[in-house]
Amino acid sequence: MARPSGVQGGLRLDAHKQRSTAHPLRTASPPEHLVLPLDQHAGAAAVPIVAPGDRVLLGQPIAEPGGTVSAWLHSPVSGTVTTIEPRPSPRHHGAPALSVVIANDAMDERHAPAATSSFEHQSAGQLREHLERGGIVGLGGAVFPMSVKVDAAAAHSAPQVLLNGVECEPYISCDDVLMRERAQDVVLGGSILLHAVGAETCIIAVEDDMPEAARALSSAVDRQHDERIQIAIVPRVYPAGGQRQLITTVFGVEVPYDALPTEIGILCQNVATAAAVARWVRDGQPLTSRIVTVTGDGVQHPANLEVRLGTPVSSLIADCGGYTERMTRLIMGGSMMGVALPYDELPVIKSTNCVIAASALDLQPRAAELPCIRCGNCADVCPAILLPQQLHWYVQGRNLEALETYGLMDCIECGCCDYVCPSQIPLAERFREMKPVLLRTRIGRATADASRSAFEARTDRIARLEAAQRAALARKRQAVRDKQS
Amino acid sequence: MRQVLYALVPTVALHVVFFGPGLLVQIILGVATALLCEAAALRLRGKPLPPFLLDGSAIITAVLLALCLPPLAPWWLVVSGVAFAILLAKHLFGGLGANPFNPAMVGYAVLLVSFPARLLQWLPPNVAGFEPVSLSFVDTLTTILTGTPPARFTWDAITSPTPLDALRTDLALGMTMGEAHANALFSAFGGKGWEWINLATLAGGGWLLALRIIRWQIPVAMLTALFVCALIMSAADAGAYAGPLFHLTAGASMLGAFFIATDPVSAATSNRGKLIYGAGIGVLTYIIRTFGGYPDGVAFAVLIMNLAVPLIDRYTIPRIYGHAR
Repeated sequence: MARPSGVQGGLRLDAHKQRSTAHPLRTASPPEHLVLPLDQHAGAAAVPIVAPGDRVLLGQPIAEPGGTVSAWLHSPVSGTVTTIEPRPSPRHHGAPALSVVIANDAMDERHAPAATSSFEHQSAGQLREHLERGGIVGLGGAVFPMSVKVDAAAAHSAPQVLLNGVECEPYISCDDVLMRERAQDVVLGGSILLHAVGAETCIIAVEDDMPEAARALSSAVDRQHDERIQIAIVPRVYPAGGQRQLITTVFGVEVPYDALPTEIGILCQNVATAAAVARWVRDGQPLTSRIVTVTGDGVQHPANLEVRLGTPVSSLIADCGGYTERMTRLIMGGSMMGVALPYDELPVIKSTNCVIAASALDLQPRAAELPCIRCGNCADVCPAILLPQQLHWYVQGRNLEALETYGLMDCIECGCCDYVCPSQIPLAERFREMKPVLLRTRIGRATADASRSAFEARTDRIARLEAAQRAALARKRQAVRDKQS
Repeated sequence: MRQVLYALVPTVALHVVFFGPGLLVQIILGVATALLCEAAALRLRGKPLPPFLLDGSAIITAVLLALCLPPLAPWWLVVSGVAFAILLAKHLFGGLGANPFNPAMVGYAVLLVSFPARLLQWLPPNVAGFEPVSLSFVDTLTTILTGTPPARFTWDAITSPTPLDALRTDLALGMTMGEAHANALFSAFGGKGWEWINLATLAGGGWLLALRIIRWQIPVAMLTALFVCALIMSAADAGAYAGPLFHLTAGASMLGAFFIATDPVSAATSNRGKLIYGAGIGVLTYIIRTFGGYPDGVAFAVLIMNLAVPLIDRYTIPRIYGHAR
């Protein structure tokens, strides 16, 4: 097992994972109604292919990709489509998104998938086409359609596969539990992805405080007899599991700021995504469920649950014994990057890795914000090697030019700077709010540039045309003059 | 910021051992002025008092400025210096976190430029070889408050230049280093009293480094630059220039390196920038001490480098992840 070097910056945080990993993985009870937002992946929203009143089966496609970067969506139960209408979605802090609502008939009648030969006997192209129909997206949180990345990586001359099992954010343990209990799925997913992109190496990265997961993976690799798959142990530093940070840790290269990892030939997928690939290719089960960590001091019995997409968060809490009286705030995601949920009726979607029912013990008390004294603690922990103290200054002054120079868009919003700030300034939040402003001026500038060059091209063209006409006229006159003389 | 004050305790203690209780009176006057001015400025600016008044920053400004003043300096020097530092150098520029210049050094520079003679009236160190100036605490207090020493003393009898000042005067008179060094103010490698005060400051600064309250870049760069300048010049002409150890332990060298130049608000902010900023202060301190009109140069060196901070910051942005160098 390789032991790569650490990443720049970052924090060693209390993991808060024991509570949820103390018990084995359980299956959440299926709800009566499921709400499935059509935009639960990055890119264009999916387009429904069912109508209210239709009967659907477990695993049956209910929406197709709405663009090149989009994903299929399948029914997690058998039942009836009751309505397709905007419903509050956790991806937008509770703002409504068009959703398919399904009434569960509790029969779990399966949609029969089209029979396929085993993946080794398919060409890489056939396999990639098949992968697209599984509705699988990046389950680490970015929910980027998996097959878009796979296609991009396959176009590279020497691709490599990196499976990300580094679950560095506190409280989240769904990947750890997945690797302990379903290591075989992860490893098989690695083999499938290797074949799909035509790669020769696959590295599964886990943290140095996940000994059980590492053991389970290495015995699964042995059983799989795939020597192209290796396991790398990386130090537990937040945010070592960020895609770019992990690539630097494992391969020792940086991903250029304006490129995606696939452009340098690295297909980085979460271990849960790989396991979903295995279930789709081996068992014909599309992505209709995922593992969710339900934890925090505000819930009776923290656990990791296998949850069908569309299940309301309240139902998960009920499966974990309900809230404790200390419960104060509901968070979707980890303690560093998670977002507060306004209420618990929001559904679990493909990106839901963790639900924290937080008590005051889990929440960092936030004192009143004080002025920045430029101490530089934030710069010491920034994994993107930014100077947050300078960015903060320029955010306050709305100095867009300086924000470009100081790399606002390179901020990965990990929140390390907030965490160490002695003046309690919510830096990452400020940067997140400022990014769209900067982006709009960039677009504005690009539009202005485009219209300017279009105008110049037109002026040029007219000038050339007029010059040609004048020349033709002159030639004609000359010809007339020649005739006359 | 409380730790910064604790880290100054050894310096203050040795200062009192060598120069009497005057510093304590100066600190009390300075801190009282600082808190009053801070409260008044916050009130005028409509800011809440509690988080800012007791954050320690105004107190540190007052203590640093008091440490720069002669122990028996009249009360209005420390009061006007601290008031200038807090009201003009700090709050007129936006208060905590927004001042481009180190407030304590602005206050000190204003006093030094306005009342140079007063600021050079130091006491002889309380060590063997000197007539002890045994002023009681009450004598000290009345001297500071009335501006005149008790009847049995005259100013001439109780004041003495600092080693840096004496050295500058003697060298200007055409003496060699050897002749100047015969002055009882000097010990084997530094100035009597001052060398110990500087070592105590070094210890306090080391403690702040160990606690990671300050970073190593500025002090190390400043002291290295000062050392190297003094080493080169004294190697070139040992008769005309003081050696590196004298410079490191003289005047405000250590106080400047660990407690003044490290003020993050007015210093350069990236790690590379801090090295440049610290080295600049070291070089300028040496130049001003050796060729300038004032015996010590730390205050002006810090202020000049404060001026250069926006430029340094602009050219020392670290390479961002994923960007080519």
